[in-house]
Amino acid sequence: MPPVRDIKQLSEKKLFALEARAQEIRADILKMLQHAGSGHSAGSLGMADIFTALYFHVLVHNPKQPNWKDRDRLILSCGHIAPVRYATMAHAGYFPKNELLTLRKFGSRLQGHPELNRFVGFETTSGPLGDGVAQAVGMAYVAKKEKLPYHTYCVMSDGELQTGITWESALFAGRNVLHNMTWIIDRNNIQIDGYTEDIMPIEPLVQKFEAFNFHVIEIDGHNIRDMVDACAYAQSIFEQPTVIIAHTTPGKGVDFMEFEPIWHGKPPKDQAELKRALISLRTLNGKIEHGE
Amino acid sequence: MLNRGWKMKNTLKHQSTRVGYGEGLVELGKHNKNVYVLSADLTESTHSQEFKDLFPDQFVQIGVSEQSLAGIGAGMALTGKTVFLSSYAAFSPGRNWEQIRTTVCLQKTNVKVIGSHAGVSVGPDGATHQMTEDIALMRVLPNMIVLVPCDAIEARKATIMIGKKKGPAYIRLDRNSAPIFTTESTPFEIGKAQVLRKGKDVAIIGCGPILYECLLAAEELSKLGIEARIINNASVKPIDEATIIKAARECGAIVTAEDAQIAGGMGSAVCELLGEACPVPIERIGLQDTFGQSGTADELLEHYKLTAPWIVKAVQKVIKKK
Repeated sequence: MPPVRDIKQLSEKKLFALEARAQEIRADILKMLQHAGSGHSAGSLGMADIFTALYFHVLVHNPKQPNWKDRDRLILSCGHIAPVRYATMAHAGYFPKNELLTLRKFGSRLQGHPELNRFVGFETTSGPLGDGVAQAVGMAYVAKKEKLPYHTYCVMSDGELQTGITWESALFAGRNVLHNMTWIIDRNNIQIDGYTEDIMPIEPLVQKFEAFNFHVIEIDGHNIRDMVDACAYAQSIFEQPTVIIAHTTPGKGVDFMEFEPIWHGKPPKDQAELKRALISLRTLNGKIEHGE
Repeated sequence: MLNRGWKMKNTLKHQSTRVGYGEGLVELGKHNKNVYVLSADLTESTHSQEFKDLFPDQFVQIGVSEQSLAGIGAGMALTGKTVFLSSYAAFSPGRNWEQIRTTVCLQKTNVKVIGSHAGVSVGPDGATHQMTEDIALMRVLPNMIVLVPCDAIEARKATIMIGKKKGPAYIRLDRNSAPIFTTESTPFEIGKAQVLRKGKDVAIIGCGPILYECLLAAEELSKLGIEARIINNASVKPIDEATIIKAARECGAIVTAEDAQIAGGMGSAVCELLGEACPVPIERIGLQDTFGQSGTADELLEHYKLTAPWIVKAVQKVIKKK
């Protein structure tokens, strides 16, 4: 049996700090995307809490040694929300924050969709949906077989559950009892063409994963404590791989972006729109005052 | 260079190139615990069974799941493994081309795609299983090595060679038992074409078991006073530019031969090279924009004009254009 990672409970103090951090990461995402002129706003904003929980509490990692062999593996299969990972990694100390504005620019290592050979800390090249899922499974398989200490996490989108390779990989993970792997699904119900249940329904999702021999945990994807607890719980499941279905709000934090599929694949169009978005973010959608 | 008795087809040992692959795998397994073979439900027919029996811990069954075959293989390679993907060419790379593009080639992972049952020589299974577009599919990918061994001995050498070399590679294999006409000492190198027969009137450039037909054609042509240079272009990519350009310069006419679509295939690679470096008349033997069908390998090779008499005709035609 491979060793188990000990994920501690969050203190109230740290929880508040992480919530504030997630908001800062959202602000950076908006700035990056507006500067890039293209990219995916909704999913990136929606997953800021999850990525904050991962990089600032759950993962065993070392920003100064991105290739450290025992690091937990975090695979981002839905590569289109790379901005949230880039921003979180910059906050975690992997690279200077001022590099964030090079996203999608010529010569930048911050490619539109993550590319391993340009950006080492990303673990995989992924973007074509499902490819990261399969690679995560390959890494977890070797880790389990060789009793390596790392846990493999794979963040994927819900639209990604429409592709065959994801379910091929799920079959393999279930059959090989890859309990050292946790999938985290960004269940935000939108994809490029509209709402997932209109385009091609993926429900009933819990039953689907149970049928594929996964242990299923559902959480509010904006509750950082929930996320930390779910990851800790996954460590104690030895009979199955775990999938955390994280219900998130696409465009979270920006009132005019939330739940709107049109924001799946576009950035704030100009400085004015960016400003509106940042004000919405900083005032908790207008609930508190702001001085601009 | 060749087996001394190569002209006596009936006395030559016959084996398919997939047998050589299986032997190569076992050889690699003996020396390297990090060599893994992943099979998509075709273990026996891709000759991966012996490896599985000898090194069960290094064998992984994926099932009929070619897309994850590539992705899982790439993930394992990222942990430091040398990964071979055993399947039929029609499915891998036929079905999982994008996964190979993204997770193997773009990422430069140490994954070897093995496509067995290529060409119409597959026979009775019919067109669905006779993969004739694989060379085109793999050749176009950056970072990919594409090897098409001509017999079982060369297939074993190719397998061992790519097993020891880091990075993506594709090996094309055949189902049909074909004559073994090279020997252990026949040179084989990635990026190097081998001149199997000297000649200055025309160069016949082939890859795969059809090379034997090229050699037979050269014997016939010799009787007609035409001396053909025979080149084994097993390393379709990287291609041996120097040997091929030299052949074009010295012979002035080229015939290419492969059991694959002429569009995008090995012959296309030769045309691309010579079109820029040394344009000469060229004829291409191969599938002429058509699919195969059921039949015996011999019937199909004859029907699709992939045998020595058709190579002779192509040479006669191309020489007139010199």
